[in-house]
Amino acid sequence: MRDTSTETPALGPPIAEPLSHLDVVLEANRCLYCYDAPCIAACPTGIDIPTFIKKIATGNLLGSARTIMQANPLGASCARVCPTDELCEGACVFKHDAAPIRIGALQRHATDWLAASGARLFEPGPPTGKRIAIVGGGPAGLAAARDLAILGHAVTIFESGAELGGLNTYGIVPFRLPVDVARWEAGQVVALGVDVRTNASVGVGPGDAVSPAELLRDFDATILAAGMGDVPRLGIPGEDLAGVEDALDVIERAKFGRPLDLGDSVAVIGAGNTAIDAATVSRRLGAQDVTMWYRRGPDEMTAYGFEVAFARGEGVAFRFHRVPVRIEGMEGAVRAIVFARSELVDGVPVPVAGTEERIPVTAVIRAIGQAKHVALYEAFGIAHERGIPVVDDALRTSDPRVYAAGDCIFRPGATDAMVVVAAQQGKDVAANVDRALRAGAAHG
Amino acid sequence: MADLSIDFAGIRSPNPFWLASAPPTNSGYQVMRAFAAGWGGAVWKTLGDPIVNVSSRFGGLDVGGRKLVGLNNIELITDRPLDVNLAEIVACKAAYPDRAIVASLMMEMDRARWHALVEEVQSAGVDGFELNFGCPHGMSERGMGSAVGQDPELVELCTRWVVEVSRVPVIVKLTPNVTDIRATARAAKRGGAHAISMINTINSLIGVDLDTWNPIPHVDGLGAHGGYCGPAVKPIALNMVGDCARDPQVRLPISGIGGIATWRDAVEFFLMGAGSVQVCTAVMHHGFRIVDDMLEGLSNYLDERGLGSVNDLVGKTVPRFVAWNDLNLDYRVVARIDQETCIHCNKCYIACEDAAHQCIDRIVRPDGGHDLVVDEGHCVGCNLCAMVCPVDACITMERVDDGATATTWRERMVPAPAAAGAKGGSSSEP
Repeated sequence: MRDTSTETPALGPPIAEPLSHLDVVLEANRCLYCYDAPCIAACPTGIDIPTFIKKIATGNLLGSARTIMQANPLGASCARVCPTDELCEGACVFKHDAAPIRIGALQRHATDWLAASGARLFEPGPPTGKRIAIVGGGPAGLAAARDLAILGHAVTIFESGAELGGLNTYGIVPFRLPVDVARWEAGQVVALGVDVRTNASVGVGPGDAVSPAELLRDFDATILAAGMGDVPRLGIPGEDLAGVEDALDVIERAKFGRPLDLGDSVAVIGAGNTAIDAATVSRRLGAQDVTMWYRRGPDEMTAYGFEVAFARGEGVAFRFHRVPVRIEGMEGAVRAIVFARSELVDGVPVPVAGTEERIPVTAVIRAIGQAKHVALYEAFGIAHERGIPVVDDALRTSDPRVYAAGDCIFRPGATDAMVVVAAQQGKDVAANVDRALRAGAAHG
Repeated sequence: MADLSIDFAGIRSPNPFWLASAPPTNSGYQVMRAFAAGWGGAVWKTLGDPIVNVSSRFGGLDVGGRKLVGLNNIELITDRPLDVNLAEIVACKAAYPDRAIVASLMMEMDRARWHALVEEVQSAGVDGFELNFGCPHGMSERGMGSAVGQDPELVELCTRWVVEVSRVPVIVKLTPNVTDIRATARAAKRGGAHAISMINTINSLIGVDLDTWNPIPHVDGLGAHGGYCGPAVKPIALNMVGDCARDPQVRLPISGIGGIATWRDAVEFFLMGAGSVQVCTAVMHHGFRIVDDMLEGLSNYLDERGLGSVNDLVGKTVPRFVAWNDLNLDYRVVARIDQETCIHCNKCYIACEDAAHQCIDRIVRPDGGHDLVVDEGHCVGCNLCAMVCPVDACITMERVDDGATATTWRERMVPAPAAAGAKGGSSSEP
């Protein structure tokens, strides 16, 4: 059971302070207001960035926030978590000759204003009589729910956790994304009349609240937006010792102020953004020595450059080309982890014999990606490839009544999955479902 | 090193940068600070009959976050006693004998009272007078300032009264709030003025408060029109200076005023015929220290061009400032966009597409990007694209005619003999 307390710890100062009023004025006016701007094309949700910035400059904060949130139902979170230097700010026409406009910070200013104002941007559309189930209340599910509700459909979100928001609520460190922001954003969706069932996992197991068959029976369409699951096991001896943790579990417990004793010396296995979050949160919880261990080199890390820089600034150390071999313990608790140097065999890092090195640690955090919800897809009977549902261009699975969006259909590539991509997929799947239902094709 | 000193209608100063009659020249303390900073002269805040000023006097026009692109004010002439002002003028002149101190004067339309004011002030040792026929607010409601300056007969009459008794050069400061400033410039000339200065401020209401709906500035909820100045008025001032400089019936030294904030602005006024320049708003915005760059920048500019003095600039552009009907209709330029420096903001594209002649094409490149290319066959050479481009010299206007012919509208429409007599018309001709 996840915690439902409303007060959550900040765990130290935020990574970025909001812009001052003066900074907002200077920065908003510095924007050229490009036509067909490259920043828009670089935003996965296609926010009309020059327009929202222009509206800030004229003091039309409500209009600015509407421009943002219309295009991106997760606009407040994305203002804080997007890798903007790889997206909008990286495309800013100023990038070569001047400092790019601080688009993320301006977006945060507008969405913060909206949250503080209490203004309501959107209304549910005239009822269509169609019912849509969304499995998962994370970014993709919320985005889909928002747009479907605006289109007049009756939406029910089945969320396995106690709260909506998915990784935004549970899996991103609070000094980058406070829980309150994720809660506010989810609240905007719920306010459109979306029915929310929390602690309601979907499946055919004994603990599941509802079965795929029931969803297919009771709803005109179902959208799978279940994200991904726990961090997989490392598959090495000693993994069941106390002190071997799942990175997402660490972040969640830290974020909600639940008991967590990592000790002084933490080894984080992995080099993605969740690994970074687990490492920085360990530092802020008091661990003196926090090292990230990665089986490949620095250039292969999937964590964003700014996240790596932040982690280094927080005192996190990095070791590369190392694979964990075994975890050693005493009286059931972790005492040390043994790494070996790695070399690539057929592109896969494998330990090199005779290079073992024993590192005394008080905790090991595994952050090597997330498991797929294979059982869920098999319960729906939809086709999947190694746990990733097969979808067509309309995000429709092999069952025409079932769609999928967000991290659950993310195929690993150069970077981690992004909230902003999940948001766009949520919008896309909403539009596709709406089109199909209006065409009367949903039952075909 | 170029010589920056000037002799303006007999008033000498070590450089052409004077402070205009305005809040920065309100007191001896300020003028002393200005002279210490390097200003060549100061036109003292207008002396006249006692007045009372209101509280809340200025309003600023901000554009795109940039402060004070324009400023208006409803402040009147000096509100300090004449004897105090005169004592401070004496002290300033004693401390800085090489600087020009010009006294701005305003008085009701009474010959004897004007005589008395001129006599009393010139006893303090001022280097010249500037007659304030331009202030458009407050005093004009009492028959002074622009109420005089808008009537050529009154300008001529009052100028004559002053010249009758003045032992120093008399500058007449003109108001821009007229249809044709040459009419009042000529009147000043007929009245015996030794020079003219322009422009005084422009009738204005700087804004309305969106929260309270009060005019800006407001005095206890009410506002009155004020006088507008600052960078935004420079083009209006330059046109009027040029109009007077090329008018054969004026032929007087001109002190240029209106939006001058840098040495670059000053050079433009010199080229359009001004022999000195006066500055106010820029000092109100930044302080007296701006004169340092003005002096250095002007000096460097003259040196770089091998010019010995400011006088080598004065009026050099005036012969090129003509009536529209004398422009060459065969001259043709088109925009060229440098693909190397283009940052692809597409400002030129949308400006041309929506507001000009739809002649910039976005050509998709093999890499998926695009080039902005001018359709030279349709480009009319309007300059808009180059104006909106944020990158220096990325868009240039290139001449494409062969220069073989030059035909003006006047030549095209009017038989040659009649054309000669029509030259030199007002620039406000449609």
